Amino acid sequence: MAPVSPGRTFAGGVLLIVVLIAAGALMPKWLTFLVTMAASHGLVSLGIVVLMRGGVVSFGQGMVFALGGYTAALLFGKLGVTDALLLALAGGVLAAAVALPFATLIARYRGIFFAMLTLALSMVLFGLLAKIDALGGSDGFNMGRPTLLGQTLADASVGYVMYGVTLGVSGALALAARIFFDSTRGLVSLAMRENELRVEYLGGSVRQAQAINFVIAGFIGGVGGALTVMSLGHIDPSFSYWTTSGEFVFVAILGGYQSVFAVFLASTVLEVVRSFSSLYFPNTWQLALGLFLLVVIRFVPRGLGSLWIDRHGHRRGRKEAA
Amino acid sequence: MSQTALLRAIGVEKRFGAVTAASALSLDVARGERVSLIGSNGAGKTTFVNMITGYLKPDAGSITLDGRDITRLTPRAITHLGVARSFQIPQLCAELSVLDNMLVASACDAGALSFWRPARRGTAIARGHELLARFGLEEHARRRVAELPGGVRKLLDIAMALTGSPKLLLLDEPTSGVAAEEKYPLMDRVMRALGQEHMAVLFVEHDMDIVTRYADRVVAFYSGRVIADGAPAATLDEPEVRRYVTGTLR
Repeated sequence: MAPVSPGRTFAGGVLLIVVLIAAGALMPKWLTFLVTMAASHGLVSLGIVVLMRGGVVSFGQGMVFALGGYTAALLFGKLGVTDALLLALAGGVLAAAVALPFATLIARYRGIFFAMLTLALSMVLFGLLAKIDALGGSDGFNMGRPTLLGQTLADASVGYVMYGVTLGVSGALALAARIFFDSTRGLVSLAMRENELRVEYLGGSVRQAQAINFVIAGFIGGVGGALTVMSLGHIDPSFSYWTTSGEFVFVAILGGYQSVFAVFLASTVLEVVRSFSSLYFPNTWQLALGLFLLVVIRFVPRGLGSLWIDRHGHRRGRKEAA
Repeated sequence: MSQTALLRAIGVEKRFGAVTAASALSLDVARGERVSLIGSNGAGKTTFVNMITGYLKPDAGSITLDGRDITRLTPRAITHLGVARSFQIPQLCAELSVLDNMLVASACDAGALSFWRPARRGTAIARGHELLARFGLEEHARRRVAELPGGVRKLLDIAMALTGSPKLLLLDEPTSGVAAEEKYPLMDRVMRALGQEHMAVLFVEHDMDIVTRYADRVVAFYSGRVIADGAPAATLDEPEVRRYVTGTLR
């Protein structure tokens, strides 16, 4: 069976991003907004997938999501930084910088302990944010309209431009994630998931690799938070609340750890379910989500990505081409 | 003691509470030598292996590799200096393919892990296939490890340890868990695969027929001490070895 040709996957990814951005011009406003949210939230879940490939799941990625969002909103409001790309980058950098000192501590833990520690960190941040009146307390605060490369954005086009920025940045990070997953470090991460002992005896450092994965996940999640707040125009502490983190885990499980595209597809599925459920049964939409997750775990336990990628990371259906 | 020793342990001591796992242990292993460690359970073989790989630190004494003191080095540093080991129970990544397991070994061996250099690149794949072919595992290269029979896993475990071309290879009970009639074919394959490499091999083994057939030298352990050391036939014939290890003298 032929390995996935990295060049083809990469080219396919670039093509998909370009086509989606172009197609956005024809989409109704509600749909561009939905896809924007799916992409920016998908980044946070992509961070969880980075961790999942190393054998751990974070239940507190809401923390970096909020850190990125607050960073962008505060830089905009207090320091007058308005460029969307710069704000997205700043959100990622700050989230990674906060994740860094915790990374070495947290890299010692596995399984439920890792999950609970990350959850605890995110809830501490939630508590802090809700108590700081200068940040609007539990109501949060609004953020104005960003600019792009020195251009102010008109009422008519701001939605589409932010759609383009979000897809462009998410797409670039998705491609980078694919390269990372296929790298030597990426493969050793997958090995760690199954046998840490062997990786250590072969001369790899499991703890260092886990710490690095945590910082990478922080960066990607921070960028996702910044992109989200720029399109929403509002931020509040619920970004760091545990149910928000839970949704990111939901998407990571739905997408699976094999395909980067599947993560964004899963994120889109969640946004669609969220939109339509809140329209038709606003108070019980989590119920729909829960049932949906049960079905996924029962029938596609390895996630949507496993529908077209087999366990070896090879594309299905081309097994004869050795 | 000769100057050409690859591994040299001098006066190594290790105690776990009241249990003496190593007592005044001194041992030289030359380059290219095939040495078997024998002894009953609790005799100190595994403790010795764990001290060489750095997972246990001796209470006293020193261990040198190629003239370099490795007594206090971390396991990872010792691995990168050329000490590799296989496991009694194969330690593999069951969900990955056989070739991917080899690539994991190759990636770890390359030193600092890269964020962008592909793991599945030409040189690493070629090295993986070459080693698999030497162990007769080429036909399994694309199979998932979870689908493999025990004997094949044993061989893969050893092939992974060989990836970095170590100077010293430690085999922990290479034939345990393998059906009696498969033991010789398995060891034949391992020795044939190793034959081309000039590395020292230290193997822990309980099967005396295997020891006699495949070792140049046998070191017998009892209660943390070396009670005999020499050519296989002579060592196995020593009264202390017959009493405490092989059980042929009562």
